[in-house]
Amino acid sequence: MPTSAAALTARDLGAGALTDVSLDIPPGRILALSGPSGSGKSRLLRALADLDPHAGTVCLGELAQDRVQGHVWRRAVMMVPADSQWWADTVGAHFPDGAADDLAALGFGPETLGWQVSRLSSGEKQRLALLRTVAHRPRALLLDEPTANLDPDTTARVEAWLTNLIKRHDWPVLWVAHDPQQIARVADAHLRIAGHRLETAPCS
Amino acid sequence: MQLIDLAWWQLALGAALVLALAGCTLLARLGIGKTLLIAALRTVVQLSLIGLVLEALFSVAALPWIALMAGVMLLMAGREVTARQKRRLTGGWAFGIGTLSMFISAFSVTVLTLVAIIGPEPWYTPQYAIPLLGMMLGNTMTGIAIGLDRLTDAVWRQRALIENRLMLGHRWQAAIGEARRDAMRSGMIPIINGMAAAGIVSLPGMMTGQILAGAPPTLAVKYQILIMFTITVGTGFGTLAAVLTASRRLFDEHERLRLDRIAAPDT
Repeated sequence: MPTSAAALTARDLGAGALTDVSLDIPPGRILALSGPSGSGKSRLLRALADLDPHAGTVCLGELAQDRVQGHVWRRAVMMVPADSQWWADTVGAHFPDGAADDLAALGFGPETLGWQVSRLSSGEKQRLALLRTVAHRPRALLLDEPTANLDPDTTARVEAWLTNLIKRHDWPVLWVAHDPQQIARVADAHLRIAGHRLETAPCS
Repeated sequence: MQLIDLAWWQLALGAALVLALAGCTLLARLGIGKTLLIAALRTVVQLSLIGLVLEALFSVAALPWIALMAGVMLLMAGREVTARQKRRLTGGWAFGIGTLSMFISAFSVTVLTLVAIIGPEPWYTPQYAIPLLGMMLGNTMTGIAIGLDRLTDAVWRQRALIENRLMLGHRWQAAIGEARRDAMRSGMIPIINGMAAAGIVSLPGMMTGQILAGAPPTLAVKYQILIMFTITVGTGFGTLAAVLTASRRLFDEHERLRLDRIAAPDT
């Protein structure tokens, strides 16, 4: 797919307890973010997606967050929340044009698009939320614990699919994770929240 | 047919019945006896005062005084709209949006009805203008209050869902679309139901009043149909305007959902 690859950069970002955060995620790289619950990981992701008022500047290549309309920014930099929300009755109604790629890669068949949302398990919701986001054609991803509700086998499957996709599209990705082994498997760099700052941590 | 005069002692008979009801609620320990009596007292005082004001207004019949009266009615309706919302917009926006929407819809429809349809001479003749505006404001107020209340409540509860749609790059109008349509529908349904039930289930108050005052029923019916239509139009446009403006206010210039613009409910 022809999308121009661009780095996701943040300067002097202030969100929640975190202050003066600067990030630089090159295209195709996965930056893992870890930290205890309530330390502000989601707040940071929300600031990057421009969902909360915050200090500092964020850019995706030439695209500056404070110079474009909110939906234009978020169409490029998409956040996948830990707890996905579904507004229509069927799964397919949440996908642009009602079509999804890669259903099989995450263990679904074409009939999945006709399923009732109310019958989905939390693990199915989590995987479908990833598929839904990818179907909206983002240019960067902010993932909030994308495998939290999945068993080890499915986790491995989702990791393989995601990392492959990220390399293929050259997306810069911020991936919130708790599991050190997952960070070792997927991340190119690792930042840990320490108080009001981010500190560099080893990937393994 | 002449209107039969009502003496004060005859009203006292009605009041005695209200007292009897209050006594019964006291016995049944419903805890609303006091509220009932205060409300009854307010009815007497408020209506007596408005009677005096209207007598004075009708005898003067000057546009500035009628405009002043209309302005006071509008502000009172605006206050009522604000009071009826559980979670209101902060910073006076709840009052502002409610009052402005009522001004736009109720006032313009009333003036239009007076000038273009009924056509009294002069057009602001208070016997026509004030009751018409009162009925318009009373109904528009209800529609707007329900619409705004539904909107802020829905947005409060559906925060995660609306924000998830924003995360996918949807515009704010799409993200709040469902809540907005629901709020608009809720505001308009009472008056639509009122039109559907008119004459079968209920005899509208104004028509009843005109018939009591000796007007021929067919003329009273014509007036009632006109009033029903104008009230529906006023309520409908007022609700649309209020919900549209309020939903815009819930997002900022970056299309972020700003729940900090909704105040916590009074407890």
